[in-house]
Amino acid sequence: MTDAVAPKRAAGPWAAVWAQFRRHRGAMAALILLGLLAAFVFIGPLLWRIDPNFIEKNTAKMFKMRNLAPSLAHPLGTDQLGRDMLARMMFGGRISLAVGTVAMLVAIFIGTTVGVLAGYFRRLDNWLMRLTDLFLALPLLPLLLVMMFLFRDAIAGVLGPRLGTFLLIVLAIGVTSWMQAARVVRGEVLALKEREFVLAARSIGTPDRRIILRHILPNVLSPVLVAATLGIAAAIITESVLSFLGLGFPPDFPTWGRLLYDGIGDIRTSPERVVWPGLAISLTVLSVNYIGDGLRDALDPRIRGR
Amino acid sequence: MFAYTLRRLLTAIPTLLMISLVIFLLVDLAPGSPMSEIPLTVPPEVRQKMIAAMGADQPVFVRYFLWLKQFFWVEPMYLLDHVFGTDFAHGAQRIISWQSKVPVFTLIGERLPQTLTVVGSAYLVGVLIALPIGIYSAYRQYSWFDQAGTFFAMVGFSVPTFFTGNVLILIFAVKLGWFPTIYDTNLTVEDWPSFYKMLMQMALPVTVLALFNAAEISRYTRSSVLENLGQDYVRTARAKGVREAPVLLRHVLRNSLIPVVTVIALGLPTVFGGAIVTEQIFKINGIGAALIGAINVSDLPTVQTITFIFAVLIVAFNLIADILYGILDPRIRYD
Repeated sequence: MTDAVAPKRAAGPWAAVWAQFRRHRGAMAALILLGLLAAFVFIGPLLWRIDPNFIEKNTAKMFKMRNLAPSLAHPLGTDQLGRDMLARMMFGGRISLAVGTVAMLVAIFIGTTVGVLAGYFRRLDNWLMRLTDLFLALPLLPLLLVMMFLFRDAIAGVLGPRLGTFLLIVLAIGVTSWMQAARVVRGEVLALKEREFVLAARSIGTPDRRIILRHILPNVLSPVLVAATLGIAAAIITESVLSFLGLGFPPDFPTWGRLLYDGIGDIRTSPERVVWPGLAISLTVLSVNYIGDGLRDALDPRIRGR
Repeated sequence: MFAYTLRRLLTAIPTLLMISLVIFLLVDLAPGSPMSEIPLTVPPEVRQKMIAAMGADQPVFVRYFLWLKQFFWVEPMYLLDHVFGTDFAHGAQRIISWQSKVPVFTLIGERLPQTLTVVGSAYLVGVLIALPIGIYSAYRQYSWFDQAGTFFAMVGFSVPTFFTGNVLILIFAVKLGWFPTIYDTNLTVEDWPSFYKMLMQMALPVTVLALFNAAEISRYTRSSVLENLGQDYVRTARAKGVREAPVLLRHVLRNSLIPVVTVIALGLPTVFGGAIVTEQIFKINGIGAALIGAINVSDLPTVQTITFIFAVLIVAFNLIADILYGILDPRIRYD
């Protein structure tokens, strides 16, 4: 008689993914870097309590505070209106990261929906993929610029300049960047649909909606995760390009891109006002891209465990 | 091959029509259109005349079809007349910019050479850098060269061009003073000194765009060469005693460049998009700068036309990439 030795609880699939992810040195370094950046923008304001939009009321004093070089009181100097750059960097970073994340969520939501519908329902496939191709052939940057210019004031009038611009940018970026995700998801769904477990589910009479939610969606999670990570990077870049061209956020609600744009005028006298925001954008995007790369390797079962 | 090309051509037409409709309606129906920006103090009958003078009193679809006709029929006629000195157009109405009251295509004709010079040479330089890097990275996979190549490609993807551009300006123009910061469009090349000046002012914008392009193309080249290096025909070639250089440059390179060529063709329209930003940094008054300028004064016909030209470029280069792929790889044609 053998005592049933309780098997050591098998490590879940995520443990294997994490183990593989940890072996990607670039991705681990990127994760740490991104953690530091996130700490800077989210925890930083708790320690550095200067209002990023504080402008000295006294004009004479305000003039003295403009364009200061880095000092102990203002470690990154001040901008053309005497606002503290360190506080503005933290504030701008929060908005940049928020824009990137929310725009990615919008894009992934549209992309996954279109991809699943196109892959699962054959009747919709042709039309949805034609729509995707159409979007891929649109000149996105010019269209984004036009959308920002035409709708910004109208939406700002309804929702206020901050929330209005935020929603507009997030929606505009989301609506113009879902196509890659849709294509990848459709491909996965087309293959999954033919698998036995889907056939089994269908043969016991599971409705389509439940098959999609319970069986298809969990299985397309990995490509969606990778696309989502890379999507954050792309969205941050797009937002900063819009801000750089002067069609992004208002100056009292700055992102890193907007801060860089504001610094361009004084690039000769105080170049650090261009360098810091640019460096922050570049490092964030670089680390997010590296994490996406590491995730792709970690989630690919053909590579995992090698 | 002919049927394949024809099929591709025919599918491009509805795509273009849909895109033109999307662009036209988006720009035309938006709340920020100039019709709403005429001051309220203007009397109604004058206001009516102003709108009529801009041709904006017609229904949307009349204006859309008029614009389509002008874009695809009238403007090519003028181009023919201009080139051959004929008179096909008979003075038909052209697409007129609301801002400067000259035909939009005249405006584009003035702006395009600057964009093409910068974008074209940047793309060429980018491809010329990317191909050797990609090939050598694949040949010595996981070597330090490959690692460095991967890292630089990642940096090239991630660092936005407006940042690289400004950093280059800061280092080479402001600190070292080697290159001018602003692109002088009036400069014409007629002798060696002016050619040298042209080279100097093109150096920074071309570097920015070329680095950005090289990052992507070198990655594609690398993966394509890697895929081919593992094929049986490479082992056969090596087994029969072909030296490494011919194996790589004659056997592998030929096959692995097929997808790369299409990627190069597909990437060209995006470069025009990237040129919008680069033109803004270096103050080049190319077509991207014209678009930004037109957006800022809500000059609708110019915005619609330039945006649609970008769309035509994308569709055209997609088509070229498809056809090239068909020519280079016979397996593709019979789908």
